[in-house]
Amino acid sequence: MLLPDLEAIAKREISSRKKVTIRCCMAAGCLSSQSGEVKAALEKAVQDAGLAGEVEVRGVGCMRLCCQGPLVAVDPHDALFEKVAPLEAASIISALDGGESKARRGDPHHAFFKNQFSIVLSNSGVIDPERIESYIAADGYLALHHALREMTAKEVLDAIQASGLRGRGGGGYPTGLKWTTVAKAAGEKKYVICNADEGDPGAFMDRSVLESDPHRVLEGMAIAAYAVGADQGFIYVRAEYPLAIERLQNAIREAKRFGLLGSGIFDSPFHFSVDLRIGAGAFVCGEETALMASIEGKRGTPRPRPPYPAESGLWGCPTLINNVETFANVAPIIQNGAEWFANIGTGKSKGTKVFALAGKITNTGLIEVPMGTRLRIIVEEMGGGAPDGNSVKAVQTGGPSGGCIPAEHLDTPVDYESLTHLGSIMGSGGMIVMDQDTDMVDVARFFMEFCMDESCGKCVPCRAGTVQMYHLLDKIIQRKASQRDLAQLEELCDLVKNTSLCGLGMTAPNPVLSTLRYFRKEYEDRLKQE
Amino acid sequence: MIRQPRSNRRKRVGEFLERADGDKRFKILETHIKRHQYRADALIEVLHKAQELFGYLEDDLLLFVANRLKLPPSRVYGVATFYHFFTLKPKGRHSCVVCLGTACYVKGAAHVLSAVEKSAGIRAGETTPDENLSLVTARCIGACGLAPAVVYDGKVTGRQTPESALEQVKGWIRHVVA
Repeated sequence: MLLPDLEAIAKREISSRKKVTIRCCMAAGCLSSQSGEVKAALEKAVQDAGLAGEVEVRGVGCMRLCCQGPLVAVDPHDALFEKVAPLEAASIISALDGGESKARRGDPHHAFFKNQFSIVLSNSGVIDPERIESYIAADGYLALHHALREMTAKEVLDAIQASGLRGRGGGGYPTGLKWTTVAKAAGEKKYVICNADEGDPGAFMDRSVLESDPHRVLEGMAIAAYAVGADQGFIYVRAEYPLAIERLQNAIREAKRFGLLGSGIFDSPFHFSVDLRIGAGAFVCGEETALMASIEGKRGTPRPRPPYPAESGLWGCPTLINNVETFANVAPIIQNGAEWFANIGTGKSKGTKVFALAGKITNTGLIEVPMGTRLRIIVEEMGGGAPDGNSVKAVQTGGPSGGCIPAEHLDTPVDYESLTHLGSIMGSGGMIVMDQDTDMVDVARFFMEFCMDESCGKCVPCRAGTVQMYHLLDKIIQRKASQRDLAQLEELCDLVKNTSLCGLGMTAPNPVLSTLRYFRKEYEDRLKQE
Repeated sequence: MIRQPRSNRRKRVGEFLERADGDKRFKILETHIKRHQYRADALIEVLHKAQELFGYLEDDLLLFVANRLKLPPSRVYGVATFYHFFTLKPKGRHSCVVCLGTACYVKGAAHVLSAVEKSAGIRAGETTPDENLSLVTARCIGACGLAPAVVYDGKVTGRQTPESALEQVKGWIRHVVA
């Protein structure tokens, strides 16, 4: 495969396109609302109407407004249909020449779509994730070519560093710095791992990216491998995401077939292969050292750091671990330049962030906004606020490691520092909205139960501490707790936070601490009077 | 299982294979193990395949895997029990997975779960005595836009209420007339 071949594929793909494209969402959310049947019905309706030469029905990835699925969009008519039933397919086709359709029309210019800024999701909902040609036609693998043939590894490292990209898995560690450390580490064999063990309940950004644009992740990994000097990659993906696994397997197979993975990519000496590793349902495996233990076929328990994976990771070799969304940002940075990326976002948080908006909110789905966007814009304008005239009480970010941001702080811009300052974290991108009926102590107990179940049991503060904190929270909810119990809960939070071995334990008290900070009254109202 | 001396263990695997003679599933599993070149780090992949083929991981099956990958049975047992995905007990003919992710939880998934628990007379994680229904909870299936979501026999169904869930599972529960 050489550049002209790549361009020829793109050209062929674009010239084979028809006048009208009907995009039908085939991501997991819409599929479970029968979008598979809708797509089949649309294809049949096109045949029946004798429009096969003019109209193409394309299965695409996530179209973001998950609550209104199955979604169908018509280009270039700029039409969006929501909650489409298979029976309505014929009326969508017959309405192509301007008539009215029975299917419910959505507003593609709603603030939910208008305020989005797509980098990671730019291909999502547009290309067919099951066909590599579709990705190549959207300038896919050009960045890899550019990196391999026109840049040195050092230049790639510099570009990532200059872009200001930070880890999207939650930690926010500067990606360029991490890559440089791995590149500098001594060792013949190095690995690149993509962390797709999206364990936070209420988060589905990585699932959507993998289902909608798997090649983008592969391309990002390949560029990373070139920059750090690795030749083997692993994608560790949750077993709970069967569709993502299937599309990744397909993408890896296709990329190999096209010579975009394997040896001598683009006629350069660089070779890179990717293997898939399927998780088996352990939240702690999202922690990097536990994840590596799991790839090695062991129990997923973390180990103390240092040594960091960048020095001694998988099988003792220097290893680069990044999240799905981080890798998805790499190709656009290489293609458009570091400066372009650094101009988006805020001073310390560059680029965009994908959030999974869910909970008590009118428009649930996937959004991508520039860093620094105010929470109010996300929740009220894009999300449409709480449904049924209820009011938003808090926004939970960061899953079991994060915290609740109360409604009075909705004017906070979303970036790593501001959220940490409020006692929450950016996290991987789950954003759950809660309304006035949500019981915050119950939410804290819910997360504590989660951490208690998911604690791997290796270190005592986390193993025993989460159980004790859960019992104390339960006691408060049962109205059997005293002021002393509350004091003990706070003391335990501090202890577990500071003495646990890994991120799971260190952040487990966060939901309690942040609800105590903003909703202390809900705790105190339930205490027994002594 | 762990306390058995090595020779007994080998004998047990032999007997197990003899009993299962002609069972094609072992052949498939063997091929899978071979494809991973009998590497110890393929343990989780092999267990995934074994569970896919046999439905659950019984002791003898774990011993078989340990034998083929040349791993101590304690290691195989340790891994199989560490991960939630692996089950050491047979599952029911039908499954009902209630998602308890945050989005589902704030939208009332706990009420859906308790309604099914009450109706089936089992707790989450259990199987009915007639082995017809397994009730499981999930940590988040990523269908947050459809919250609360329940997976009935592998099919994700969104926007569930206690009533709609009971409607779905009622055929799978045989009520004993009191």
